Amino acid sequence: MIQDYLDIEFHDATAVIWIDEQGSSVNRLNRRALSAFEEVLSELDSNDDISAAVFISRKPASFIVGADLNMLQALETKKEVRSLVRDGHRLTARLQTLRIPTVAAMHGPAMGGGLEMALACTYRLCTQHPATKFALPEVKLGLLPAIGGTQRLPRLIGLQEALGMMLTGKNVYPHKAKRIGLVNATTFHPGLLDAALSAAKGLVSGTLSSSRPPSGFGEKLLESTTLSRRLIYQKAESTVQRESKGNYPAPLKILDCVQTGLEEGIDSGLQMEESHFSDLVFTRESKALVRLFFSQQASSTNPFGEHARPINSVGLLGAGLMGGGIAQVSAEGGVNVRVKDLDLEHAAIAKKVTWENLSKRVEKRILSSFDRDVLMERIQPVAAYDALASADLVIEAVPEQLTLKHTVLLETEGAIDPGCIFASNTSSIPISQIAEQSLRPENVVGMHYFSPVPQMPLLEIVRTPHTSLDTLGTAYALGLMQGKTPIVVNDGPGFYTTRILALYMNEALLLLEEGARIDEVDRAMVQWGFPMGPFALFDLVGIDVGAKITEVMREQLPEFTHRTLKISNAASRLKDAGYSGQKSNLGFFSYPKTKGRGSKKEVNQTIYAFFGGPERASLSAAQIQERLGLIMVNEALYCLEEGILSNPTDGDIGAVFGLGFPPFRGGPFQYVDTETTPAIASRLARLRYQHGARFQAPALLTEMAVSDTRFYS
Amino acid sequence: MRSGTAFAQCTSYDLARMALRGLLTRTDLNPEVVDRIIMGSVVQNVKTPNVARDAALAAGIPKSVPAFTISMACISSNQAIASSTELIQGGHAKVVIAGGTECLSDVPILFQKKVREKLFKARKYKTPKEYLSVVKGLSPSDLLPDTPAIAEFSTGESMGESADRLAALYDVPREAQDAFAMYSHKAAARAQIEGFLSQITPAHLPPSFVPLYQDNGIRKDTSLDKLRTLKPAFHKPFGSVTAGNASFLTDGASAALLMSSSQANALGYVPKVTIRNYTFVAQDPGDELLLGPAYAIPRVLQASGLSLQDIDVFELHEAFAGQVLAVLEALRRNGDGSIPMDKLNAWGGSLSIGHPFGATGTRLLMHAADRLHHEDGKWGLIAACAAGGLGHAMLIERS
Repeated sequence: MIQDYLDIEFHDATAVIWIDEQGSSVNRLNRRALSAFEEVLSELDSNDDISAAVFISRKPASFIVGADLNMLQALETKKEVRSLVRDGHRLTARLQTLRIPTVAAMHGPAMGGGLEMALACTYRLCTQHPATKFALPEVKLGLLPAIGGTQRLPRLIGLQEALGMMLTGKNVYPHKAKRIGLVNATTFHPGLLDAALSAAKGLVSGTLSSSRPPSGFGEKLLESTTLSRRLIYQKAESTVQRESKGNYPAPLKILDCVQTGLEEGIDSGLQMEESHFSDLVFTRESKALVRLFFSQQASSTNPFGEHARPINSVGLLGAGLMGGGIAQVSAEGGVNVRVKDLDLEHAAIAKKVTWENLSKRVEKRILSSFDRDVLMERIQPVAAYDALASADLVIEAVPEQLTLKHTVLLETEGAIDPGCIFASNTSSIPISQIAEQSLRPENVVGMHYFSPVPQMPLLEIVRTPHTSLDTLGTAYALGLMQGKTPIVVNDGPGFYTTRILALYMNEALLLLEEGARIDEVDRAMVQWGFPMGPFALFDLVGIDVGAKITEVMREQLPEFTHRTLKISNAASRLKDAGYSGQKSNLGFFSYPKTKGRGSKKEVNQTIYAFFGGPERASLSAAQIQERLGLIMVNEALYCLEEGILSNPTDGDIGAVFGLGFPPFRGGPFQYVDTETTPAIASRLARLRYQHGARFQAPALLTEMAVSDTRFYS
Repeated sequence: MRSGTAFAQCTSYDLARMALRGLLTRTDLNPEVVDRIIMGSVVQNVKTPNVARDAALAAGIPKSVPAFTISMACISSNQAIASSTELIQGGHAKVVIAGGTECLSDVPILFQKKVREKLFKARKYKTPKEYLSVVKGLSPSDLLPDTPAIAEFSTGESMGESADRLAALYDVPREAQDAFAMYSHKAAARAQIEGFLSQITPAHLPPSFVPLYQDNGIRKDTSLDKLRTLKPAFHKPFGSVTAGNASFLTDGASAALLMSSSQANALGYVPKVTIRNYTFVAQDPGDELLLGPAYAIPRVLQASGLSLQDIDVFELHEAFAGQVLAVLEALRRNGDGSIPMDKLNAWGGSLSIGHPFGATGTRLLMHAADRLHHEDGKWGLIAACAAGGLGHAMLIERS
């Protein structure tokens, strides 16, 4: 029993407990783990020859990566969850109050329950390796740290740091971990066990203490009394409310656990953990987030992996913000990038953009300046196509004009090897149209990245009927090297993401034409869970870009979908009038010149002249959300029906990770599942009756509604 | 670049990694095939004493490729090329990158030895009282920084003074020195305009990353009248060496790809030139500090059975105009013949392009190689002097 998870080894009087979950590449916390730990603790408690214990992972690059989500998903009742949490609480309490000192020796990620176990040890030691990181990421799955994390973490590192970690799920790296007292010491990787053994000896003999560094002035001032702590709780609560718009239940529950524990004692805090956790597990929000997590994990396996060719060097055409971002993630993936633009000045912007991004990490000491140099040298600006001769794959990110795309395609094909792949980062032009002029259409593929590239996880790979499996496999492999979450979709106007976004944006313009207010529409959609409203998004990507996309969609979409779509021409009228959004500070909003407190964007009232004048009618948030939300969802359904998408999972990943579709809703398909197909069908029917044929539901939905079936089992 | 200008923020490591990466990009070389990296460097940054290794790692050369740094004053990268040749000839390496780097904008400024001793002891101090003892016994003037001068260690003579003396010894008047300096600047300016200086890899520096394409030391509008007005810079007031006819402090790095001809064939490269012969010489650093080329050139020619007339392209390092002219005069007096001016440094030299100490040798080689192709010549001769009374000459043949 114990050997398939833990393995005890004796070094004099110190017991070294190797954590090594059999049959898994990483250690996770599950039932098996809990009982193995119970067994080990009994041994440690009863064997008087043992004077200290070290917990260390046998896995090469991680400690314990968190709770086993499969186990969690299999639980069906709150009662079962509560019993699991209680077991975890009993285990960590036992660990903390063991008669002997314990040392957690950590290398690689120690996440979630793994970190919580370490928190219950006497002493924490970690390697300085860049792969070593700590986080309590439960909040990202709509959950909370439930084996005492909400209680032990604030007591260890202070309230403010602890809330920061638990409410955002962010990573803490060794340098900072040491500074805030999350770990007692750091060491180098090969010496981890030796260091842990001497720490254990030191703790036994009393020459080493596990006390944390003295708290800073700010912490003392704010965290020492109930009254002052109340300020922190209030501040945290208002931040949570502002950020989550009430859409995410977990952060407030975390806050509640922490506050209860600190003000009423650890037992009350733990009870709160148990009760809140067992509620959260069954929320639709958590279920959606967990499924997304699994989907994202699944996409890290290349479905065309056997066809992938090696990639040493990537060529990039166009060095703007987009090209710069692609260059950066490529360099980070270990790929050499040659960036070509009109001239060297333009090409060098890719280096500039990357350097600015990496320098922020250097300042935070997450990246060394030497490693920044290494990444920077992987990006070489070039001025001529010849320099791309050795590329394995060339990505074009030039402006969105078909003739220009054809020009660069032909010029590139003149320089590259016959085996080199040509990928277009177009967001709206069908790849087949670009490939028409290609000598080797089997090598042409769409690689649609999202801005800002280093932050947006999605890569939408677009295949045409000619795209070869080699090409797909290689593009997918590159996406994974770049740290992206790829989905593969079929070619069509706007592919998947641009198509559903375009109709969503179009609907927003139609609302405006009907008299809605810009700020009300944006506020409603942010409230619904999008990171920004449609008009702020228009301003950010550029109204001219929006107009371009609308144009492409207007030409192609109706014949494609056999529906009458009402397409607003407002974007192109605005573009012609010189409105291009934030870059010209002439858009739906006007933007303050200086950043900082009190400066915020305001609605540009003059723009209403394009939408029937300043007289505005008030629409309820629910009306706005219904129309904008469902037009996007409906179009996603069409994409599945027409075979643009090969499955609902890709549709959910694409909408959430590329467009910011509310993650707690899990993507359009999970959303339909949660609301149920009959409900969505009848709501669409109502919208169709009110607003026209563009809300016509696809036959797919109608059929599913009849039998009340779901996309996910 | 003139020191203190475009590369002021850099260190020799930064320049070296850009040069190495530039070479990889330009040649499309698979870095996996490189066996050794050798770079010359003179004024070291104490953080990167083996700058070749640090730069190679940053430039994407595999970690498994050894790299070392050579210091041999102004002929450091000539020695790097020579060492590469020997490694290849001896069968120890097949593909070597040789080059050099120098950032005279980043001269290490030291405390004086006395203060350094005290600070060394202070590493173990713990109490404030102990720290106080550092200051004890020091006068404020002891805290003045100790900046390395370009002077000969064994004689104490500055290089400029030595060049002045050499010019006097070989009867090179101030006017001739100024005229040669002007020739160098005009030649470089012409080469720059004609686009001959294509060996340059543009540098991109933060925060703007605007590419730097061109040397900024070339004075295309210089004139004899202007040069005439400059005061002697070293031997005052009667000397002839001025800031105008001496090479200026420069930041730069260079790299060249070397391999045996069979390896070049195997990898699909067409060599520009073949290294045929070379030598290093040394004289008394007092009397003949910068006269090395006058000894090295005949030696190399003799060994190859050639004379000065057979050489199509000369690339002589121009430490000082007076030094170059003294070398030419010495060759003449010695009966070795004369070097025709139209074959000498036709694309400018260290006086105009600049002289990043550790990097100049590779630059000489590249200019000679490209000129051989441009001028349709067969034989090229490179020569340079260096502190310590050292000298070097190398014979190359167009492939």
